[in-house]
Amino acid sequence: MSEELSDLYQEIILGHNKRPRNEQVLDPYSYKAEGFNPLCGDRITVYATADGAGKLDRVTFVGEGCAISRASASIMTTQVEGRTISEINKRIGDVIAMLSQADEPEMDLAVEGDLAALAGVRKFPARIKCATLSWHALRSAIENRSDTER
Amino acid sequence: MSSASFDVASIRSQFPILSQVRNGKPLVYLDNGATTQKPQCVIDAVSRFYSEQNANIHRGAYALSVEATDLYDQARASVANFINAGDSREVIFTRGTTESVNLVAATWGRENIAAGSEILLTVMEHHANIVPWQRLAESVGTTLKVVDITSDGALDLEQFEHLLSDRTRLAAFTHVSNVLGTTNPVKQLVQMAKAQGAVTLIDGAQAVAHGPVDVRDIDCDFYVFSGHKLFAPDGIGILYGRAELLDAMPPYQLGGDMIELVSFEKTTFRSAPDRFEAGTPHISGAIGLAAAIDWLGGLDHRAVAAHEAALLEHASHELQDIDGLRINGTAPGKQSVISFTLDCAHPHDIATILDSANVAVRAGHHCAQPLMKRLGASSTARASFSIYNTVEEVANLCAAVRNVVKLFG
Repeated sequence: MSEELSDLYQEIILGHNKRPRNEQVLDPYSYKAEGFNPLCGDRITVYATADGAGKLDRVTFVGEGCAISRASASIMTTQVEGRTISEINKRIGDVIAMLSQADEPEMDLAVEGDLAALAGVRKFPARIKCATLSWHALRSAIENRSDTER
Repeated sequence: MSSASFDVASIRSQFPILSQVRNGKPLVYLDNGATTQKPQCVIDAVSRFYSEQNANIHRGAYALSVEATDLYDQARASVANFINAGDSREVIFTRGTTESVNLVAATWGRENIAAGSEILLTVMEHHANIVPWQRLAESVGTTLKVVDITSDGALDLEQFEHLLSDRTRLAAFTHVSNVLGTTNPVKQLVQMAKAQGAVTLIDGAQAVAHGPVDVRDIDCDFYVFSGHKLFAPDGIGILYGRAELLDAMPPYQLGGDMIELVSFEKTTFRSAPDRFEAGTPHISGAIGLAAAIDWLGGLDHRAVAAHEAALLEHASHELQDIDGLRINGTAPGKQSVISFTLDCAHPHDIATILDSANVAVRAGHHCAQPLMKRLGASSTARASFSIYNTVEEVANLCAAVRNVVKLFG
Protein backbone atom coordinates (compact mmCIF):
# COMPACT_ATOMS: atom_id res chain seq x y z
CA MET A 1 0.00 0.00 0.00
CA SER A 2 1.32 3.45 -0.89
CA GLU A 3 2.36 5.90 1.80
CA GLU A 4 -0.38 8.28 0.73
CA LEU A 5 -2.98 5.58 1.04
CA SER A 6 -1.80 4.57 4.53
CA ASP A 7 -1.91 8.26 5.42
CA LEU A 8 -5.52 8.43 4.28
CA TYR A 9 -6.70 5.25 5.95
CA GLN A 10 -4.89 5.58 9.27
CA GLU A 11 -6.04 3.51 12.22
CA ILE A 12 -7.66 6.61 13.69
CA ILE A 13 -9.84 7.04 10.59
CA LEU A 14 -10.69 3.36 10.36
CA GLY A 15 -11.54 3.36 14.08
CA HIS A 16 -13.89 6.31 13.79
CA ASN A 17 -15.49 4.68 10.74
CA LYS A 18 -16.13 1.43 12.58
CA ARG A 19 -17.09 2.93 15.92
CA PRO A 20 -18.16 6.50 15.29
CA ARG A 21 -18.73 8.82 18.23
CA ASN A 22 -22.17 10.38 18.56
CA GLU A 23 -23.85 8.53 15.71
CA GLN A 24 -27.49 9.02 16.65
CA VAL A 25 -30.56 11.12 16.03
CA LEU A 26 -31.07 13.95 18.54
CA ASP A 27 -34.67 14.63 19.45
CA PRO A 28 -35.37 17.33 20.39
CA TYR A 29 -32.65 19.28 18.69
CA SER A 30 -31.87 22.97 18.23
CA TYR A 31 -30.23 22.64 14.83
CA LYS A 32 -30.40 20.12 12.05
CA ALA A 33 -29.17 20.03 8.47
CA GLU A 34 -28.51 17.45 5.82
CA GLY A 35 -25.27 17.22 3.91
CA PHE A 36 -25.73 15.61 0.54
CA ASN A 37 -23.12 14.78 -2.04
CA PRO A 38 -25.05 14.51 -5.30
CA LEU A 39 -22.07 12.94 -7.04
CA CYS A 40 -22.02 9.82 -4.92
CA GLY A 41 -25.41 9.92 -3.20
CA ASP A 42 -23.90 10.08 0.27
CA ARG A 43 -26.10 11.73 2.84
CA ILE A 44 -25.31 12.83 6.37
CA THR A 45 -27.69 14.53 8.79
CA VAL A 46 -26.16 16.59 11.57
CA TYR A 47 -28.05 17.46 14.77
CA ALA A 48 -27.06 19.84 17.53
CA THR A 49 -28.51 21.12 20.76
CA ALA A 50 -27.60 24.46 22.28
CA ASP A 51 -27.52 25.39 25.92
CA GLY A 52 -28.99 28.64 27.22
CA ALA A 53 -25.66 30.46 26.89
CA GLY A 54 -25.38 30.08 23.11
CA LYS A 55 -22.99 27.16 23.22
CA LEU A 56 -23.55 23.83 21.52
CA ASP A 57 -23.70 21.12 24.12
CA ARG A 58 -24.29 18.13 21.86
CA VAL A 59 -23.59 17.41 18.20
CA THR A 60 -24.52 14.12 16.55
CA PHE A 61 -24.84 12.70 13.05
CA VAL A 62 -26.51 9.88 11.20
CA GLY A 63 -26.25 8.85 7.59
CA GLU A 64 -24.79 6.85 4.83
CA GLY A 65 -21.24 7.50 3.79
CA CYS A 66 -17.73 6.32 3.13
CA ALA A 67 -15.07 5.84 5.79
CA ILE A 68 -13.73 9.35 5.23
CA SER A 69 -17.08 11.09 5.58
CA ARG A 70 -18.08 9.01 8.60
CA ALA A 71 -14.75 9.48 10.36
CA SER A 72 -14.83 13.19 9.64
CA ALA A 73 -18.37 13.50 11.02
CA SER A 74 -17.43 11.49 14.09
CA ILE A 75 -14.34 13.60 14.76
CA MET A 76 -16.36 16.76 14.19
CA THR A 77 -18.87 15.84 16.89
CA THR A 78 -16.04 15.64 19.42
CA GLN A 79 -14.58 18.97 18.35
CA VAL A 80 -17.42 21.40 18.74
CA GLU A 81 -19.17 20.60 21.97
CA GLY A 82 -19.03 23.37 24.53
CA ARG A 83 -18.03 26.04 22.02
CA THR A 84 -20.02 29.11 21.10
CA ILE A 85 -21.64 29.43 17.70
CA SER A 86 -19.10 31.98 16.54
CA GLU A 87 -16.21 29.83 17.73
CA ILE A 88 -17.70 26.91 15.86
CA ASN A 89 -18.17 28.92 12.70
CA LYS A 90 -14.51 29.90 12.82
CA ARG A 91 -13.55 26.32 13.50
CA ILE A 92 -15.57 25.02 10.55
CA GLY A 93 -13.87 27.53 8.27
CA ASP A 94 -10.42 26.54 9.52
CA VAL A 95 -11.05 22.83 9.14
CA ILE A 96 -12.54 23.13 5.65
CA ALA A 97 -9.56 25.27 4.63
CA MET A 98 -7.14 22.75 6.09
CA LEU A 99 -8.83 19.87 4.23
CA SER A 100 -9.31 21.54 0.88
CA GLN A 101 -6.50 24.00 0.26
CA ALA A 102 -3.35 22.92 -1.45
CA ASP A 103 -1.07 25.21 0.60
CA GLU A 104 0.43 24.05 3.83
CA PRO A 105 -2.32 24.32 6.45
CA GLU A 106 -2.25 27.23 8.88
CA MET A 107 -3.63 24.91 11.50
CA ASP A 108 -1.03 23.36 13.78
CA LEU A 109 -1.86 19.73 13.18
CA ALA A 110 0.49 18.60 15.93
CA VAL A 111 -2.02 19.77 18.54
CA GLU A 112 -5.15 18.65 16.72
CA GLY A 113 -5.38 15.04 17.83
CA ASP A 114 -7.70 12.89 15.73
CA LEU A 115 -8.49 15.76 13.38
CA ALA A 116 -4.90 15.68 12.15
CA ALA A 117 -5.54 12.18 10.79
CA LEU A 118 -8.01 13.66 8.31
CA ALA A 119 -5.25 15.70 6.69
CA GLY A 120 -4.30 12.67 4.60
CA VAL A 121 -7.28 13.46 2.38
CA ARG A 122 -5.42 16.50 1.03
CA LYS A 123 -3.54 14.17 -1.32
CA PHE A 124 -6.82 12.76 -2.69
CA PRO A 125 -8.68 15.53 -4.51
CA ALA A 126 -11.56 13.17 -5.33
CA ARG A 127 -12.17 12.58 -1.63
CA ILE A 128 -11.97 16.07 -0.14
CA LYS A 129 -15.73 16.52 -0.44
CA CYS A 130 -16.24 13.37 1.61
CA ALA A 131 -14.19 14.89 4.42
CA THR A 132 -15.87 18.30 4.34
CA LEU A 133 -19.47 17.02 3.96
CA SER A 134 -20.38 16.97 7.67
CA TRP A 135 -18.63 20.27 8.37
CA HIS A 136 -20.64 21.99 5.65
CA ALA A 137 -23.78 20.37 7.06
CA LEU A 138 -23.04 21.67 10.55
CA ARG A 139 -22.47 25.13 9.12
CA SER A 140 -25.84 25.11 7.34
CA ALA A 141 -27.46 23.77 10.49
CA ILE A 142 -26.31 26.65 12.65
CA GLU A 143 -26.80 29.26 9.95
CA ASN A 144 -30.40 28.27 9.29
CA ARG A 145 -31.42 28.21 12.90
CA SER A 146 -34.86 29.70 12.26
CA ASP A 147 -35.59 27.09 9.60
CA THR A 148 -34.65 24.04 11.54
CA GLU A 149 -35.13 24.97 15.18
CA ARG A 150 -37.86 23.22 17.03
CA MET B 1 -8.81 -16.18 -23.35
CA SER B 2 -7.94 -15.18 -26.88
CA SER B 3 -9.12 -17.15 -29.85
CA ALA B 4 -7.76 -17.40 -33.35
CA SER B 5 -9.98 -14.57 -34.51
CA PHE B 6 -9.49 -12.38 -31.47
CA ASP B 7 -6.10 -11.15 -30.35
CA VAL B 8 -6.51 -8.93 -27.30
CA ALA B 9 -2.85 -7.83 -27.39
CA SER B 10 -3.26 -6.52 -30.90
CA ILE B 11 -6.49 -4.74 -29.90
CA ARG B 12 -4.76 -3.16 -26.90
CA SER B 13 -1.87 -1.94 -29.00
CA GLN B 14 -4.32 0.23 -30.92
CA PHE B 15 -5.32 2.15 -27.79
CA PRO B 16 -2.48 4.51 -26.84
CA ILE B 17 -3.87 5.30 -23.38
CA LEU B 18 -3.73 1.66 -22.33
CA SER B 19 0.06 1.67 -22.25
CA GLN B 20 -0.01 4.32 -19.56
CA VAL B 21 1.84 3.53 -16.34
CA ARG B 22 1.31 5.40 -13.07
CA ASN B 23 3.58 4.91 -10.07
CA GLY B 24 5.00 1.86 -11.79
CA LYS B 25 1.57 0.29 -12.23
CA PRO B 26 -0.10 -0.25 -15.59
CA LEU B 27 -3.50 1.35 -16.11
CA VAL B 28 -6.30 -1.16 -15.59
CA TYR B 29 -9.23 0.68 -17.09
CA LEU B 30 -12.51 -0.85 -15.92
CA ASP B 31 -14.83 2.11 -16.25
CA ASN B 32 -16.01 1.38 -19.75
CA GLY B 33 -19.63 1.84 -18.75
CA ALA B 34 -18.80 5.50 -18.15
CA THR B 35 -16.77 5.94 -21.30
CA THR B 36 -14.57 3.79 -23.50
CA GLN B 37 -11.03 4.58 -24.56
CA LYS B 38 -10.33 5.57 -28.16
CA PRO B 39 -8.32 3.60 -30.71
CA GLN B 40 -5.60 5.41 -32.67
CA CYS B 41 -7.68 5.30 -35.87
CA VAL B 42 -10.43 7.37 -34.20
CA ILE B 43 -7.91 9.84 -32.80
CA ASP B 44 -6.33 10.03 -36.27
CA ALA B 45 -9.65 10.58 -38.02
CA VAL B 46 -10.46 13.55 -35.76
CA SER B 47 -6.95 14.91 -36.10
CA ARG B 48 -6.97 14.46 -39.88
CA PHE B 49 -10.26 16.34 -40.10
CA TYR B 50 -8.80 19.37 -38.37
CA SER B 51 -5.43 19.20 -40.13
CA GLU B 52 -6.69 18.52 -43.64
CA GLN B 53 -10.46 18.62 -44.06
CA ASN B 54 -11.95 21.26 -41.78
CA ALA B 55 -14.66 23.52 -43.19
CA ASN B 56 -18.24 24.18 -42.26
CA ILE B 57 -20.76 21.91 -43.90
CA HIS B 58 -23.77 22.59 -46.11
CA ARG B 59 -22.71 26.09 -47.04
CA GLY B 60 -19.45 26.54 -48.87
CA ALA B 61 -19.20 26.67 -52.61
CA TYR B 62 -15.65 25.44 -52.37
CA ALA B 63 -13.96 22.06 -52.43
CA LEU B 64 -13.05 21.87 -48.75
CA SER B 65 -16.61 22.48 -47.61
CA VAL B 66 -17.94 19.98 -50.11
CA GLU B 67 -15.48 17.42 -48.77
CA ALA B 68 -16.41 18.11 -45.13
CA THR B 69 -20.09 17.84 -46.04
CA ASP B 70 -19.45 14.51 -47.74
CA LEU B 71 -17.61 13.19 -44.71
CA TYR B 72 -20.43 14.27 -42.43
CA ASP B 73 -23.05 12.69 -44.68
CA GLN B 74 -20.99 9.51 -44.97
CA ALA B 75 -20.76 9.37 -41.18
CA ARG B 76 -24.54 9.44 -41.01
CA ALA B 77 -24.71 6.64 -43.55
CA SER B 78 -22.19 4.61 -41.51
CA VAL B 79 -24.32 4.98 -38.41
CA ALA B 80 -27.47 4.04 -40.33
CA ASN B 81 -25.71 0.95 -41.60
CA PHE B 82 -24.35 0.15 -38.12
CA ILE B 83 -27.83 -0.02 -36.59
CA ASN B 84 -29.48 -1.22 -39.80
CA ALA B 85 -31.75 1.80 -40.12
CA GLY B 86 -33.83 1.77 -43.30
CA ASP B 87 -32.69 5.24 -44.34
CA SER B 88 -29.93 7.55 -43.14
CA ARG B 89 -32.56 10.29 -42.82
CA GLU B 90 -33.64 8.41 -39.72
CA VAL B 91 -30.30 9.08 -38.03
CA ILE B 92 -29.97 12.38 -36.20
CA PHE B 93 -26.72 13.56 -34.69
CA THR B 94 -27.05 14.86 -31.14
CA ARG B 95 -24.63 15.55 -28.31
CA GLY B 96 -25.31 12.16 -26.78
CA THR B 97 -27.90 9.84 -25.30
CA THR B 98 -29.12 12.47 -22.87
CA GLU B 99 -29.77 15.03 -25.57
CA SER B 100 -31.44 12.40 -27.75
CA VAL B 101 -33.95 11.54 -25.01
CA ASN B 102 -34.54 15.22 -24.28
CA LEU B 103 -35.12 15.88 -27.96
CA VAL B 104 -37.82 13.21 -28.19
CA ALA B 105 -39.45 14.36 -24.93
CA ALA B 106 -39.49 18.00 -26.05
CA THR B 107 -40.83 17.33 -29.56
CA TRP B 108 -42.67 14.05 -30.00
CA GLY B 109 -43.51 13.97 -26.29
CA ARG B 110 -44.97 17.49 -26.19
CA GLU B 111 -47.17 16.77 -29.21
CA ASN B 112 -48.28 13.28 -28.35
CA ILE B 113 -48.45 12.83 -24.62
CA ALA B 114 -51.51 14.37 -23.03
CA ALA B 115 -53.28 14.34 -19.71
CA GLY B 116 -54.67 10.96 -18.78
CA SER B 117 -52.10 8.97 -20.74
CA GLU B 118 -49.25 7.02 -19.20
CA ILE B 119 -45.51 6.63 -19.72
CA LEU B 120 -44.00 3.27 -18.88
CA LEU B 121 -40.41 3.19 -17.58
CA THR B 122 -38.35 0.62 -15.71
CA VAL B 123 -36.70 0.90 -12.33
CA MET B 124 -33.31 0.22 -13.93
CA GLU B 125 -33.30 3.38 -16.04
CA HIS B 126 -30.47 5.91 -16.04
CA HIS B 127 -31.58 9.38 -14.90
CA ALA B 128 -31.38 10.48 -18.55
CA ASN B 129 -34.29 8.17 -19.35
CA ILE B 130 -36.29 9.18 -16.28
CA VAL B 131 -36.07 12.90 -15.66
CA PRO B 132 -37.07 14.18 -19.15
CA TRP B 133 -40.22 12.00 -18.96
CA GLN B 134 -40.93 12.98 -15.40
CA ARG B 135 -40.74 16.66 -16.31
CA LEU B 136 -43.00 16.10 -19.29
CA ALA B 137 -45.44 14.08 -17.19
CA GLU B 138 -45.61 16.84 -14.58
CA SER B 139 -46.27 19.51 -17.16
CA VAL B 140 -49.00 17.69 -19.10
CA GLY B 141 -50.55 15.74 -16.26
CA THR B 142 -49.67 12.16 -17.11
CA THR B 143 -48.58 9.32 -14.90
CA LEU B 144 -45.27 7.46 -14.89
CA LYS B 145 -45.55 3.71 -14.41
CA VAL B 146 -42.43 1.88 -13.35
CA VAL B 147 -41.63 -1.77 -14.02
CA ASP B 148 -39.68 -3.53 -11.27
CA ILE B 149 -36.84 -6.04 -11.48
CA THR B 150 -36.68 -9.58 -10.18
CA SER B 151 -34.19 -10.69 -7.53
CA ASP B 152 -31.42 -11.42 -10.05
CA GLY B 153 -31.80 -8.01 -11.69
CA ALA B 154 -33.80 -9.07 -14.73
CA LEU B 155 -36.74 -6.96 -15.81
CA ASP B 156 -40.05 -8.26 -14.48
CA LEU B 157 -41.63 -9.09 -17.84
CA GLU B 158 -44.97 -10.06 -16.37
CA GLN B 159 -45.23 -6.71 -14.67
CA PHE B 160 -44.11 -4.97 -17.86
CA GLU B 161 -47.00 -6.54 -19.73
CA HIS B 162 -49.40 -5.95 -16.85
CA LEU B 163 -48.57 -2.23 -16.58
CA LEU B 164 -49.05 -1.66 -20.29
CA SER B 165 -52.52 -0.58 -21.31
CA ASP B 166 -54.23 1.38 -24.04
CA ARG B 167 -53.41 4.48 -21.96
CA THR B 168 -49.67 3.85 -22.41
CA ARG B 169 -48.43 6.37 -24.97
CA LEU B 170 -44.75 5.59 -24.54
CA ALA B 171 -42.64 2.75 -23.20
CA ALA B 172 -39.04 3.91 -22.65
CA PHE B 173 -36.52 1.37 -21.44
CA THR B 174 -32.85 0.61 -21.47
CA HIS B 175 -31.33 -2.04 -23.70
CA VAL B 176 -28.58 -2.87 -21.18
CA SER B 177 -28.56 -1.68 -17.56
CA ASN B 178 -25.51 0.44 -16.70
CA VAL B 179 -25.58 -0.92 -13.14
CA LEU B 180 -26.85 -4.50 -13.34
CA GLY B 181 -25.53 -5.35 -16.78
CA THR B 182 -28.95 -6.87 -17.50
CA THR B 183 -29.70 -7.19 -21.20
CA ASN B 184 -33.38 -6.58 -21.73
CA PRO B 185 -35.29 -8.61 -24.33
CA VAL B 186 -35.96 -5.43 -26.27
CA LYS B 187 -37.61 -7.06 -29.25
CA GLN B 188 -40.14 -8.78 -27.01
CA LEU B 189 -40.72 -5.59 -25.01
CA VAL B 190 -41.36 -3.64 -28.21
CA GLN B 191 -43.86 -6.28 -29.33
CA MET B 192 -45.72 -6.06 -26.04
CA ALA B 193 -45.75 -2.26 -26.15
CA LYS B 194 -46.89 -2.17 -29.76
CA ALA B 195 -49.74 -4.53 -29.01
CA GLN B 196 -51.08 -1.75 -26.78
CA GLY B 197 -50.36 0.97 -29.32
CA ALA B 198 -47.47 2.49 -27.37
CA VAL B 199 -44.48 4.17 -28.97
CA THR B 200 -41.11 2.76 -27.84
CA LEU B 201 -37.80 4.41 -27.05
CA ILE B 202 -34.74 2.33 -26.24
CA ASP B 203 -31.71 3.67 -24.40
CA GLY B 204 -28.88 1.86 -26.14
CA ALA B 205 -26.01 3.69 -24.43
CA GLN B 206 -24.69 0.55 -22.75
CA ALA B 207 -25.57 -1.84 -25.55
CA VAL B 208 -23.94 -0.58 -28.72
CA ALA B 209 -20.35 -1.37 -27.74
CA HIS B 210 -21.18 -4.98 -26.92
CA GLY B 211 -22.77 -6.32 -30.07
CA PRO B 212 -24.75 -5.56 -33.18
CA VAL B 213 -27.98 -3.62 -32.86
CA ASP B 214 -30.62 -3.92 -35.55
CA VAL B 215 -33.31 -1.29 -35.05
CA ARG B 216 -35.52 -2.74 -37.76
CA ASP B 217 -35.38 -6.19 -36.27
CA ILE B 218 -36.09 -4.77 -32.80
CA ASP B 219 -38.81 -2.71 -34.49
CA CYS B 220 -38.53 0.17 -32.01
CA ASP B 221 -39.64 3.71 -32.78
CA PHE B 222 -36.62 5.48 -31.24
CA TYR B 223 -33.17 4.17 -30.34
CA VAL B 224 -30.61 6.45 -28.68
CA PHE B 225 -26.93 6.14 -27.85
CA SER B 226 -23.67 8.04 -27.33
CA GLY B 227 -20.49 7.91 -29.35
CA HIS B 228 -18.13 8.07 -26.42
CA LYS B 229 -19.21 4.70 -25.04
CA LEU B 230 -18.52 3.26 -28.49
CA PHE B 231 -14.80 4.12 -28.80
CA ALA B 232 -15.72 7.46 -30.43
CA PRO B 233 -15.33 11.05 -29.23
CA ASP B 234 -17.55 12.56 -26.57
CA GLY B 235 -20.12 15.18 -27.48
CA ILE B 236 -21.58 13.15 -30.33
CA GLY B 237 -24.59 10.89 -30.05
CA ILE B 238 -27.41 9.44 -32.05
CA LEU B 239 -31.14 9.60 -32.14
CA TYR B 240 -32.60 7.01 -34.46
CA GLY B 241 -36.28 7.57 -35.15
CA ARG B 242 -38.66 6.00 -37.61
CA ALA B 243 -39.08 8.42 -40.52
CA GLU B 244 -42.84 8.49 -40.15
CA LEU B 245 -42.51 9.77 -36.57
CA LEU B 246 -39.63 12.16 -37.29
CA ASP B 247 -41.47 13.77 -40.19
CA ALA B 248 -44.41 14.58 -37.94
CA MET B 249 -42.28 16.00 -35.11
CA PRO B 250 -41.81 19.73 -34.56
CA PRO B 251 -38.25 21.12 -34.50
CA TYR B 252 -36.16 20.93 -31.32
CA GLN B 253 -33.70 23.81 -31.41
CA LEU B 254 -34.14 26.60 -33.91
CA GLY B 255 -31.56 28.35 -36.02
CA GLY B 256 -29.35 27.85 -39.02
CA ASP B 257 -29.19 24.65 -41.08
CA MET B 258 -32.65 23.47 -40.06
CA ILE B 259 -34.77 25.97 -41.97
CA GLU B 260 -36.11 26.12 -45.52
CA LEU B 261 -37.26 29.71 -45.77
CA VAL B 262 -37.10 32.41 -43.14
CA SER B 263 -38.97 35.69 -43.18
CA PHE B 264 -40.14 37.80 -40.29
CA GLU B 265 -43.67 36.67 -41.06
CA LYS B 266 -43.06 32.94 -41.20
CA THR B 267 -40.37 30.29 -41.20
CA THR B 268 -40.60 26.84 -42.72
CA PHE B 269 -38.41 23.96 -41.60
CA ARG B 270 -36.45 21.30 -43.40
CA SER B 271 -37.35 17.67 -42.98
CA ALA B 272 -35.45 15.13 -40.89
CA PRO B 273 -32.61 14.86 -40.13
CA ASP B 274 -31.75 18.54 -40.79
CA ARG B 275 -34.81 19.77 -38.92
CA PHE B 276 -33.29 18.43 -35.70
CA GLU B 277 -29.74 19.65 -36.23
CA ALA B 278 -29.81 23.40 -35.76
CA GLY B 279 -26.51 25.20 -36.03
CA THR B 280 -23.10 23.85 -36.94
CA PRO B 281 -23.01 20.25 -35.70
CA HIS B 282 -20.12 18.36 -34.11
CA ILE B 283 -18.61 17.48 -37.49
CA SER B 284 -15.37 15.99 -36.19
CA GLY B 285 -17.36 13.99 -33.64
CA ALA B 286 -19.50 12.48 -36.38
CA ILE B 287 -16.38 11.63 -38.38
CA GLY B 288 -14.77 10.11 -35.27
CA LEU B 289 -17.90 8.08 -34.65
CA ALA B 290 -17.83 6.76 -38.21
CA ALA B 291 -14.17 5.82 -37.74
CA ALA B 292 -15.05 3.92 -34.55
CA ILE B 293 -17.86 2.10 -36.33
CA ASP B 294 -15.53 1.19 -39.20
CA TRP B 295 -12.99 -0.06 -36.71
CA LEU B 296 -15.55 -2.20 -34.88
CA GLY B 297 -16.79 -3.50 -38.21
CA GLY B 298 -13.35 -4.93 -38.86
CA LEU B 299 -13.57 -7.14 -35.79
CA ASP B 300 -15.34 -10.44 -35.45
CA HIS B 301 -18.21 -9.43 -33.20
CA ARG B 302 -18.85 -12.99 -32.09
CA ALA B 303 -15.26 -13.28 -30.92
CA VAL B 304 -15.53 -9.94 -29.15
CA ALA B 305 -18.72 -11.05 -27.41
CA ALA B 306 -17.10 -14.34 -26.41
CA HIS B 307 -14.08 -12.49 -25.01
CA GLU B 308 -16.26 -10.15 -22.95
CA ALA B 309 -18.44 -13.01 -21.74
CA ALA B 310 -15.37 -14.93 -20.64
CA LEU B 311 -14.04 -11.88 -18.75
CA LEU B 312 -17.41 -11.42 -17.09
CA GLU B 313 -17.64 -15.03 -16.03
CA HIS B 314 -14.09 -15.12 -14.76
CA ALA B 315 -14.37 -11.84 -12.85
CA SER B 316 -17.77 -12.74 -11.36
CA HIS B 317 -16.42 -16.05 -10.20
CA GLU B 318 -13.26 -14.57 -8.66
CA LEU B 319 -15.05 -11.68 -6.99
CA GLN B 320 -17.77 -13.89 -5.53
CA ASP B 321 -15.03 -15.73 -3.68
CA ILE B 322 -14.24 -12.64 -1.64
CA ASP B 323 -15.81 -12.54 1.82
CA GLY B 324 -18.67 -10.09 2.18
CA LEU B 325 -18.78 -9.19 -1.50
CA ARG B 326 -22.18 -8.98 -3.13
CA ILE B 327 -22.75 -8.60 -6.88
CA ASN B 328 -25.85 -6.66 -7.91
CA GLY B 329 -27.27 -8.15 -11.06
CA THR B 330 -26.78 -11.76 -12.06
CA ALA B 331 -29.40 -12.14 -14.75
CA PRO B 332 -28.59 -14.65 -17.49
CA GLY B 333 -27.21 -13.06 -20.65
CA LYS B 334 -26.02 -9.94 -18.83
CA GLN B 335 -23.29 -7.75 -20.29
CA SER B 336 -19.81 -7.36 -18.82
CA VAL B 337 -20.74 -4.97 -16.03
CA ILE B 338 -20.22 -5.94 -12.40
CA SER B 339 -21.67 -3.72 -9.70
CA PHE B 340 -20.68 -4.83 -6.25
CA THR B 341 -20.63 -3.85 -2.63
CA LEU B 342 -18.53 -5.05 0.28
CA ASP B 343 -19.88 -5.49 3.80
CA CYS B 344 -16.75 -3.92 5.25
CA ALA B 345 -16.13 -0.93 2.99
CA HIS B 346 -18.06 1.79 1.23
CA PRO B 347 -17.81 1.92 -2.58
CA HIS B 348 -15.88 5.21 -2.46
CA ASP B 349 -13.25 3.69 -0.25
CA ILE B 350 -13.10 0.68 -2.55
CA ALA B 351 -12.55 2.94 -5.56
CA THR B 352 -9.82 4.95 -3.82
CA ILE B 353 -7.90 1.84 -2.83
CA LEU B 354 -8.33 0.35 -6.31
CA ASP B 355 -7.11 3.63 -7.78
CA SER B 356 -3.93 3.37 -5.78
CA ALA B 357 -3.35 0.11 -7.66
CA ASN B 358 -4.15 2.06 -10.87
CA VAL B 359 -7.38 0.10 -11.29
CA ALA B 360 -10.06 2.53 -12.49
CA VAL B 361 -13.62 1.68 -11.45
CA ARG B 362 -16.65 3.81 -10.82
CA ALA B 363 -18.18 4.27 -7.38
CA GLY B 364 -21.47 5.99 -6.78
CA HIS B 365 -25.10 5.81 -7.74
CA HIS B 366 -24.32 5.56 -11.48
CA CYS B 367 -27.03 8.11 -12.29
CA ALA B 368 -29.58 5.52 -11.27
CA GLN B 369 -30.79 6.61 -7.85
CA PRO B 370 -34.18 4.88 -8.12
CA LEU B 371 -32.39 1.61 -8.87
CA MET B 372 -30.00 2.17 -5.95
CA LYS B 373 -33.00 2.64 -3.69
CA ARG B 374 -34.54 -0.54 -5.09
CA LEU B 375 -31.30 -2.40 -4.35
CA GLY B 376 -31.17 -0.93 -0.86
CA ALA B 377 -27.78 0.67 -1.46
CA SER B 378 -26.77 4.32 -1.62
CA SER B 379 -24.03 3.41 -4.05
CA THR B 380 -22.04 0.54 -5.53
CA ALA B 381 -18.61 0.01 -7.00
CA ARG B 382 -18.73 -0.93 -10.66
CA ALA B 383 -16.20 -2.64 -12.88
CA SER B 384 -17.28 -2.56 -16.52
CA PHE B 385 -15.25 -4.46 -19.09
CA SER B 386 -14.61 -3.83 -22.73
CA ILE B 387 -13.04 -5.37 -25.75
CA TYR B 388 -9.46 -4.57 -24.62
CA ASN B 389 -9.58 -5.86 -21.05
CA THR B 390 -7.67 -8.98 -20.10
CA VAL B 391 -7.68 -11.84 -17.62
CA GLU B 392 -4.58 -10.31 -16.03
CA GLU B 393 -6.55 -7.15 -15.41
CA VAL B 394 -9.29 -9.16 -13.74
CA ALA B 395 -6.59 -10.58 -11.47
CA ASN B 396 -5.38 -7.03 -10.68
CA LEU B 397 -8.93 -6.02 -9.85
CA CYS B 398 -9.48 -8.97 -7.54
CA ALA B 399 -6.14 -8.50 -5.79
CA ALA B 400 -6.96 -4.86 -5.17
CA VAL B 401 -10.43 -5.72 -3.82
CA ARG B 402 -8.81 -8.26 -1.50
CA ASN B 403 -6.57 -5.46 -0.25
CA VAL B 404 -9.67 -3.45 0.61
CA VAL B 405 -10.95 -6.36 2.67
CA LYS B 406 -7.59 -6.69 4.38
CA LEU B 407 -7.64 -3.02 5.35
CA PHE B 408 -11.29 -2.70 6.31
CA GLY B 409 -12.31 -6.23 7.24
